[in-house]
Amino acid sequence: MAETIVLQVTRYRPEQEAEPTIQEYEVPFTDDWVLLDALNYVKDNIDGSLSFRWSCRMGICGSCGMMVNGEPKLTCAAFVSEYAPGPVRIEPLRYFPIIRDLTTDMTDFMEKLKSVKPWIIRQEEKPISEGEYLQSPEELDRYKQFSMCINCMLCYAACPVYGLDPTFTGPAVIALAQRYNLDSRDQGSRERLELLSDHEGIWGCTFVGECTKVCPKNVDPAGAIQQYKVTATTDWFKSFIMPRGVE
Amino acid sequence: MVVDVSSHDVLLVGGGGAGLRAAIAVAEFNPKLSVAVVSKVYPMRSHTVSAEGGAAGAVAADDSLDEHAYDTVSGGDWLCDQDAVELFVDEAPKELLQMEHWGCPWSRTPDGRIAVRSFGGMKKKRTWFASDKTGFHMLHTLFQTSLKYDPIVRYDEWFVTTLLVDDGRVQGVVALELMSGKIQAITAKAVILCTGGCGKVFPFTTNANIKNGDGMALAFWAGAPLKDMEFVQYHPTGLPFTGILITEAARSEGGYLVNKDGYRYLQDYDLGKPQPEPVLRSMELGPRDRLSQAFIKEEERGRTIEGPHGHVVNLDLRHLGEEKIDSRIPFVRELCRKYQNIDPVREMIPVRPVIHYAMGGVHTNKDGATPVEGLFAAGEVACVSINGANRLGSNSLPELLVFGARAGVAAASFASDQEAPSSHVMAQANDERRRLEERYLRKTGGTERIATIRKEMQATMEEGAGIYRNGEALQKSTDKLRELQDRFQNILIEDDSRTFNTELTSALELAYMLEVAASIVQCGLNRTESRGAHQRTDFPGRDDDNFLAHSLVYRNDDGSSRIEYLPVTITRWPPSERVYGK
Repeated sequence: MAETIVLQVTRYRPEQEAEPTIQEYEVPFTDDWVLLDALNYVKDNIDGSLSFRWSCRMGICGSCGMMVNGEPKLTCAAFVSEYAPGPVRIEPLRYFPIIRDLTTDMTDFMEKLKSVKPWIIRQEEKPISEGEYLQSPEELDRYKQFSMCINCMLCYAACPVYGLDPTFTGPAVIALAQRYNLDSRDQGSRERLELLSDHEGIWGCTFVGECTKVCPKNVDPAGAIQQYKVTATTDWFKSFIMPRGVE
Repeated sequence: MVVDVSSHDVLLVGGGGAGLRAAIAVAEFNPKLSVAVVSKVYPMRSHTVSAEGGAAGAVAADDSLDEHAYDTVSGGDWLCDQDAVELFVDEAPKELLQMEHWGCPWSRTPDGRIAVRSFGGMKKKRTWFASDKTGFHMLHTLFQTSLKYDPIVRYDEWFVTTLLVDDGRVQGVVALELMSGKIQAITAKAVILCTGGCGKVFPFTTNANIKNGDGMALAFWAGAPLKDMEFVQYHPTGLPFTGILITEAARSEGGYLVNKDGYRYLQDYDLGKPQPEPVLRSMELGPRDRLSQAFIKEEERGRTIEGPHGHVVNLDLRHLGEEKIDSRIPFVRELCRKYQNIDPVREMIPVRPVIHYAMGGVHTNKDGATPVEGLFAAGEVACVSINGANRLGSNSLPELLVFGARAGVAAASFASDQEAPSSHVMAQANDERRRLEERYLRKTGGTERIATIRKEMQATMEEGAGIYRNGEALQKSTDKLRELQDRFQNILIEDDSRTFNTELTSALELAYMLEVAASIVQCGLNRTESRGAHQRTDFPGRDDDNFLAHSLVYRNDDGSSRIEYLPVTITRWPPSERVYGK
């Protein structure tokens, strides 16, 4: 007989309930199981109406982030045994509106993602026939870390600033902007800086650093924001000695 | 109540690599065209994200397009259409360069040029890579780049339930918006299916939960034939419980596959002699079908290792050292540590063959066009075919770029000359809404659990259509699938909410999978030869006299299906023996 654990899961069906409630499920598990397996056990065997997102089950698609005992986690990468004997509390990602059960509304995140122009910006495009832009391994290393973000949004659920002020651009999106700023092929950093220099951009961050702690891919968004602030400040000083268009 | 409608020129079903590449191609072909990307998940969740090892494109000084083509054709056991392969190898490097210009973080040589690595079944180093997260980086690069094109309109988390077909022409889809539960018609002058594969019809797979053959079933129901569905690839190295893929790059960097005695057993299966360093087209760098078949033979000889989740062999990377593992295949280490609780720097990785890729799919020509007017397909959902009876590792990522772009241009060009969709399709859309409500949303009294039927389907697919097959087992699976189709009519839906109803989508996905599964066993039963990934123990030899041809399965008006055969296109490489390790 396998061990069992009690999951305390947030339920919310907007047609039926005014407020989210908690439902308990007792599920068996083995050492191989992650929390996502336990949720799927519920869905397959106990209650088909439980709603949550998941896809790859290997920590790369970014779908299955939830609050586990109050911490933002990818449920595909959190072993059930670590929470035994339980109970373990599973809630939707914090600071996002709940659509249904464990599913949150990501519309705001998706709009912010686009707002920082996360693509290569160049004054002139080189034709494909002229081959690749040369980029040394050292140049690649400058931005590589910030290109590893899987958009799981755990960092938003960990960010007290975002919790208080939903207009704050937030960790993952600023890290993504920095990913392109640091890419030797890109020439769009000034455009992005203008987008991010206002209060809701980088200056909202009070450097709590929780975003970096919860990141499952070691992206260090807090580091990106700090780098950005330094660039923005330098740029602000430069604007006095060197008017735009001179460089 | 009638359904709402929105209209576009070109509509993509699926927002993974192929879909996004196609969408950009449409937007660049004619910025005046409106392009809709309809995807059941946010694009960056698409399964392209899980591809690891790399993308093939011949660029090295010692390489040539002909060699890439020959490796592909022989790797596919001569079932590839060689005109399509020639076109593919020519366009692959250009598409990979385009990805470079869009910002894909390809790994580099010290002088800043694109680095290439070796890969299974390839005679030269030609696989571009972004560490061992190539699919992840390609998908995010494509998605982020797609954001700058204003004509691209996204329908994120909209689930397509049917294609609208009038007068023999596809004119849009009906889709369910998950967040609201709204059922809506989205019409278009051309539709491109980019929904990926169908690995979830099997129990043990590298494929994500969303890989249910949606586009294959949609196309089949709309009258397009499915091609070469019996050819399903087992990747030789998956983690035993989860099916998580350990990339072929682990072997191209020098990993060994060893049996319970620590012996590199592939030398006993006509794949060459073991050398300390990896040898191209040899041993661990043989093609996936041959390596997966060798595992079964080794198991029959009692030389595999019994584990809690079936028999395994070991993938040994320890001699590569920590530095090489961390720089070249860091994701392998991350996955092993996080999901298997072992460190490949110090321990061997238990692995077994795992369902990975569908060589078959919706029948298309080189422009992604299906025989149904207005319907196109690209990526794993389609079968052009460049993969034949066995796809080579690192050909699928360039395939989704090359044929995604081609399908985008062809669909855009087709849409430019078309009239607006006919009013008849709105009647169909209303019928579809009624069907969804009666069969699923307002259904009461069902008793069959979705998960039960799904598990029984997966089990019968593994028994009948696994690495080695025979007529009797395939017939049993055929009968079992028919039984499951009947039982599916009595399905239990507990969720009566309209909001993000994932039980409803699971039921619709199960319907897709049952259809796709039936086509796999039907084509497998009919192909009485062994070729590539389709190995019949009752017909062990390749039979070029009768089967140098693609299986095309069509749906008949009465709901049954029939198989026809289409000869393979041979241009420059007449069929011969597949030779590895020499």
